[in-house]
Amino acid sequence: MATVETRPARLRRDLPQWLRALVRPVPLGLAAACVFLVVGSLLSNDFAQQTVAGLAQGTIFGSLALALVLIYRATEVINFAQGEMAMATTYVAYQLISWGLSYWEAFFATLVVAFVFGVVVQVVFIRPVQHTSVIAVVIVTVGLFILIDGLVTWKWGADLKFMPAPFGKTVYHVGGVAFAQQDLGTLLVSVLSVLLLWALFRFTKLGLAMRAAALRPASARLVGVRVDRMLAIGWGFAAVLGAVAGLMAEPAQYVLQPSLMQPILLYAFAAAVLGGLESPAGAVVGGIALGVFLNLVGQYVGFVTSELRLPFAFAVLLVVLLVKPAGLFGRARVRRV
Amino acid sequence: MKPSAVGLATTVVAGAVLALLPFALSSYHQGLAAQVGVYFIAILGLNILTGYSGQISIGHGAFMAIGGYTTAIMSRDHRTNLILTMLMALAICFVLGLVVGLPALRLSGVYLALATFALAVSVPQLPLKFSTFLGGSNGVQSAETVTHRWLYGASWTAAAILFVLAWLLLRGRTGRAFRAIRDSEIAATSSGVRLPIYKTLAFGVSAAYAGVAGSLYVLGTNGFAQPNEFGVLLSLQILVGAAVAGLGSLWGVLAGAAFVGLLPTISKDVPLVGSAHGQDVVFGLIVVLVMLLLPQGFAGFLARLARLRAARPASDRP
Repeated sequence: MATVETRPARLRRDLPQWLRALVRPVPLGLAAACVFLVVGSLLSNDFAQQTVAGLAQGTIFGSLALALVLIYRATEVINFAQGEMAMATTYVAYQLISWGLSYWEAFFATLVVAFVFGVVVQVVFIRPVQHTSVIAVVIVTVGLFILIDGLVTWKWGADLKFMPAPFGKTVYHVGGVAFAQQDLGTLLVSVLSVLLLWALFRFTKLGLAMRAAALRPASARLVGVRVDRMLAIGWGFAAVLGAVAGLMAEPAQYVLQPSLMQPILLYAFAAAVLGGLESPAGAVVGGIALGVFLNLVGQYVGFVTSELRLPFAFAVLLVVLLVKPAGLFGRARVRRV
Repeated sequence: MKPSAVGLATTVVAGAVLALLPFALSSYHQGLAAQVGVYFIAILGLNILTGYSGQISIGHGAFMAIGGYTTAIMSRDHRTNLILTMLMALAICFVLGLVVGLPALRLSGVYLALATFALAVSVPQLPLKFSTFLGGSNGVQSAETVTHRWLYGASWTAAAILFVLAWLLLRGRTGRAFRAIRDSEIAATSSGVRLPIYKTLAFGVSAAYAGVAGSLYVLGTNGFAQPNEFGVLLSLQILVGAAVAGLGSLWGVLAGAAFVGLLPTISKDVPLVGSAHGQDVVFGLIVVLVMLLLPQGFAGFLARLARLRAARPASDRP
């Protein structure tokens, strides 16, 4: 196909190989944003503090967004119950701690519970409707949303619960900037869990089989991958990520209540769309970008008060959908008809 | 009987039952039945959009909020006749629906679902921000309140009128265009259906229905328009109702409305879970079960029954 070479394309051609991949609007924009954040942080202590807090929040959005993306890639389903599943597993951790486990014992035990929970949800509720219609699956996840919310409220009550803080209340001071240990801990745990998951998908046989089952189910089945089992395991890992997000979101809000994850799920939607619904890396970057962006806007734009945070996040979502529906990292889908 | 005769007979019977019902019910149950009527209107509107023109929306609670606030504010500030405020809600939401329908032209499927979800989340936040005009979290109180019987009459009269209008709209050229778009946009375009016009029209009509429903919804809560009442859950309930009803059928809507309107109240009395939060458990469980057992909704179930009946005397048919 003969195409007319655009000016940016011509400029790109003259660059060395390793630079060529980077000189595109999205990486350039992200790089510019990073430079802006670093320079801003060096110039102003407030700015640095807001950026770090935003990063911590953003990784929570990113974890949940990644859970959504994993499921979307595998089954083309937006799981509206993802946040409630995360909330339920956080309550499991609360229960374990009140039975006498230490925080980190409970943390890892909860991740196991979350994995089983995700697998069970997929096998019992999603698999039967998976091949009927998109709307049926959406409604089932909405039903699960209401069901899980009801079950948790029924079992533990709607009142506020308190959990011990995983990270101390220490605040580090680096040249006039205060970093809360909690923010740093959240950042570390979320990034670590995302990296572990990435390594699992990238370097293990199980990960390869799961990617194959998600992207090319028919071909995967032909070479002996048990596609149904892989999809269920995928839901399990998504639930684990959700649990990490829930456990990290709880100390940030100081209390545990059934509505813990509802706003976070909404930010995760926006983050997933921002990064591109099909792109795991995009979900994480989208989450972090959204967290930082919202925090800075909240700090420096007087009009965006706390009531307008959510609408503002969704304005971002809407703009992304209209301008670049594939998101920052997604590929525009070409459909043959 | 021919299918149209069956339909006519069902309409007449349903109309007669609904007209006589308030005389047999207590005031509390009249209120409940009126609420079913409100859901009927909203689900009918969503069905026009999702079931007929194939555009999903999880944001109809937002249009209901706008309709509801229209009624409450007009009544508070200008003592406008309540029926008149419903017509205003209809007009305002129709225009806003067209406006929302324009960007929706570029989106489909999951993306449209998320964009409309954004609407459902954002709109209830606006009264908190602009609290002087929209009353903040306390909401807006309309100047007049209505009795349950008035509400019953109003909501089911409106439901009947809107049902007939929907039927008239959908049986002719417009309905054909909607269905063509739903089944294949490309085929519809090549047959001369102008996509932008019909798709935004579907959004406008659907939003107008939601507006009327919202206006009645506010009258049902003693004339209080509150942001909490119009949360995400309302949008989800309407979607659940439409799915239970079965998309693309006008008849299932009654079942869907009854499901959403009555089930939470009924399940409060289930002995096992009788606590305050048990109703969510029952509601969620039944939603999931209905979707697992009847993925085409109530209308699909009826159609399957009809097919079974039609299949038996196969020798009689030409």
